Amino acid sequence: MSEHGHHKENFFSKYVFSLDHKMISKQFLITGMVMGVIAMVMSALFRIQLANPGESNSILSTFLGRWAEGGVMSPDIYLSLVTIHGTIMVFFVLTGGLSGTFANLLLPFQVGARDMASGFLNMLSYWFFFASCVVMIISLFVQSGPASAGWTIYPPLSAVPETISGSGLGMTLWLVSMTLFIVSSLLGGLNYIVTVLNLRTTGMSMTRLPLTVWALLVTAILGVLSFPVLLSAALLLIFDRSFGTSFYLSDILVQGEVLSHAGGNPILFQHLFWFLGHPEVYIVLLPALGLTSEIIATNSRKPIFGYRAMIGSILAIAFLSFIVWGHHMFITGMNPFLGSVFVFTTLLIAIPSAIKVFNYIATLWRGNLQFTPAMLFSIGLVSTFITGGLTGLILGDSALDINVHDTYFVVAHFHIVMGLSAIFGMLAGVYHWFPRMYGRLMNLKLGYIHFWGTFICAYGTFFPMHFLGMAGLPRRYYSNSAFPMFDNLVDINEIVSFFAIAGALIQVVFFFNFFYSIFRGTPSPQNPWKSNTLEWTAPVERIHGNWSGEIPAVHRWAYDYSKPGMDDDFVPQTVPLKKGEEEHH
Amino acid sequence: MIKVLIVLVAIVFVAQVVRIFELSNLITKTKNEVSDRSNHINGVLLLLSGIGLLAFFFWQRAEWMDETLQVAASEHGPIIDNLWDTTMGLIIVVFLILTPMLFGIAFFYRGKEDKKASYITHNNKLEFFWTAIPAVVLMALISYGLVVWGKIVNQDISDAMVIEIYAKQFSWTARYAGDDNKLGRADVRFVGGKNELGVISQKTKENQISAIEKKIINLNLDLKSSENPAEKKLITKKIDKLEKQKKTLITYFITTPMDKLLSAEDDVVTKELHLPVGKKVLFKFRSQDVIHSAYLPHFRVQMNCVPGTTTQFAFTPTITTVDMKKELNDESFEYVMLCNKICGNAHYNMQMKVIVETEEEYNAWMETQNNTRISNL
Repeated sequence: MSEHGHHKENFFSKYVFSLDHKMISKQFLITGMVMGVIAMVMSALFRIQLANPGESNSILSTFLGRWAEGGVMSPDIYLSLVTIHGTIMVFFVLTGGLSGTFANLLLPFQVGARDMASGFLNMLSYWFFFASCVVMIISLFVQSGPASAGWTIYPPLSAVPETISGSGLGMTLWLVSMTLFIVSSLLGGLNYIVTVLNLRTTGMSMTRLPLTVWALLVTAILGVLSFPVLLSAALLLIFDRSFGTSFYLSDILVQGEVLSHAGGNPILFQHLFWFLGHPEVYIVLLPALGLTSEIIATNSRKPIFGYRAMIGSILAIAFLSFIVWGHHMFITGMNPFLGSVFVFTTLLIAIPSAIKVFNYIATLWRGNLQFTPAMLFSIGLVSTFITGGLTGLILGDSALDINVHDTYFVVAHFHIVMGLSAIFGMLAGVYHWFPRMYGRLMNLKLGYIHFWGTFICAYGTFFPMHFLGMAGLPRRYYSNSAFPMFDNLVDINEIVSFFAIAGALIQVVFFFNFFYSIFRGTPSPQNPWKSNTLEWTAPVERIHGNWSGEIPAVHRWAYDYSKPGMDDDFVPQTVPLKKGEEEHH
Repeated sequence: MIKVLIVLVAIVFVAQVVRIFELSNLITKTKNEVSDRSNHINGVLLLLSGIGLLAFFFWQRAEWMDETLQVAASEHGPIIDNLWDTTMGLIIVVFLILTPMLFGIAFFYRGKEDKKASYITHNNKLEFFWTAIPAVVLMALISYGLVVWGKIVNQDISDAMVIEIYAKQFSWTARYAGDDNKLGRADVRFVGGKNELGVISQKTKENQISAIEKKIINLNLDLKSSENPAEKKLITKKIDKLEKQKKTLITYFITTPMDKLLSAEDDVVTKELHLPVGKKVLFKFRSQDVIHSAYLPHFRVQMNCVPGTTTQFAFTPTITTVDMKKELNDESFEYVMLCNKICGNAHYNMQMKVIVETEEEYNAWMETQNNTRISNL
């Protein structure tokens, strides 16, 4: 293994077809960021439409061209924008970008391995991801427009091109892109699981693993078990669309013609989709929770409170996430008794989630909190996790769901609990591990400006949406001017749009800070946050194989911060236990 | 040319920003790391943002609360609303406890150079405590929720008035079951002409078959007069298709039991939904193209309309439109049914007016709908 360090590399093997987990993690991050910008711009565009429905705006015609003749957005492109915004954010940014970046960067480092179990599969995983991004972006430019049946692509809308223009070539490309994405995610996931299970260094027992590794491991397991189901759902949909089968279609009349499909059921798709779709929520969320567990402990200078309870709650959430998918379908005509079962399992998830929140707060309690931008984003995550998680009690309760299903209440709920929490976790991760990636520090002050701007705009955008939803405003409405009962919601919509656009603009600070710091940031010391985990024992120069000599052995858990009787307020995992010292956890 | 200029200006702009940024870093000479001062400032900001979040929450409630949550106008509405209030109350209490706790603790324990954190790894008693309490509260909430759910889905529907709600891009149609309170059979293959919902009856069969036969006769004439072989082929194809369609219609007709055919006769198809107050109705939902969702926020009713299957929802409206206008002090108020499942580009404007009225008014209105009775089509 040690010959890795002397390996000569050319431009292609170093930056493009790299097998090195550190480089692949950067590739995932940058790709995810580019996709994130696209999706964010889309949200700004449709928020302009929602704040001033039907009014002419030259920004719209600049970005959308013939889709916004005279500066007025067409309903078709509005639906495409919300569809692609959702798809990109959920899959490309918060699944590919988040797991891809941090599982690649942190798993080998934190378990003490020279690289992933299979560097080649890892490279393939990135390039499938890249290809799926390219296909998705190409779909934005086709004649009939990108996919527009919502990110959940329920058939028959997604299956019958006559029903909506985005259901033509755009939808085909969406499905191709998603298939490539699933392949990427499976290749990555298997690799992550094998790496954690097989490549842990001497002394790194499962109960000494940092919570980041636990979270990423469980995420990978969720992905490997659930993504194949989405793949099958997508394949059956491709069959229905292109080869005349009737898995999801029956008794359909469009444009005066009865389609030949008979005997299928569109609800089947929803079952298959949400069998992935719900675990997907935790595929997005768990890595963020794992990153912040590490960041909060490090910057509180205190062990994470209830390490085993944290692992237990991750496992409980992961298990429950597979038996709650029906709560997306209470009003599809599903058997009401089955609905009751899903109410029960869904609300149970509140228990492990509550445990996590209490443990986070207990970790902060009596700490010596170092407010780095990463720490601030982590605290922001705990706050959004509380605020957004609580409204899940309403949506998970079938009787209450009747009234707010598919309204802005849902939009508010999942954007806060999943969108904001996950993106805060991801940003926290970027600030915290930037020195590990690039050997430099990001600028602190810009980080503060970025956090406070983002935090305020995030709440300003999504909190008022609860009220839109309670008033009964359905999501995915191009305009709410068709109903007099929504007339008084205009001012809420304007506030939401103001904060959404301001929040998008604030991200410029982050991007400036990120790219500036790659080249000109303050050089980082080896262990800038005085952290215990293994990645900070490796040299700042990011060498192939991670450690120049032997892989360090591990003697304790990752959370010995401020341990009494020690010289420093941190004790790296590589430090052997002193005589008579107990390993607490 | 202008675009090139804009790009150049943008590049210069970014370069200048970088320079100013670097110069300002030189001048202030702050080290790029966390200090007591930055911890203090951010700690205070966290405290303020916690207070700000609560203030924002209360401001929104004060500002928007009475504009939201539509007044419940169905029998099960208040039952749902009670569950809503209980759950919402619980949520708000927890939010109001945890948010100040989080931001307060973050402020209180903000880092100082000479301070040391406590080494506390875990506390099993606490863990048990904060697992058990949410578990107990949730069990209560789940039980309450399921009781309410049961009341909504397990209603006695034996004497409910049956109305079909039919969805298509982008409009709603209602079909009243008539005097026998039984809907006749319907199928998308029967949709045509005036028979918008594809109801199968003696009358609709005759209408449609005669329409098809007329078309076939016309096509046969075209076929005779046509010289062009390609055109002839096309016309023959069309005729074959119509013949096939005719066969399908007859097959569906003869496989429909007699009582179904009879119960279709008195069905009434309308574009407005009139409901007698205080009478239980059973909605049967169908869709002809994509999934729609019938959403009646005032009645706390929502159900998907799925092509290929029928779904249902029973409820009893309790407040007439007239009374609601008075209660809200809004002359222009109308109940409405919205589509709440993305269904195409005019999804945002798929609606049907709903009118709740007294039994007499309802009966009087029904009298006027005679021309849309299936037997009169």
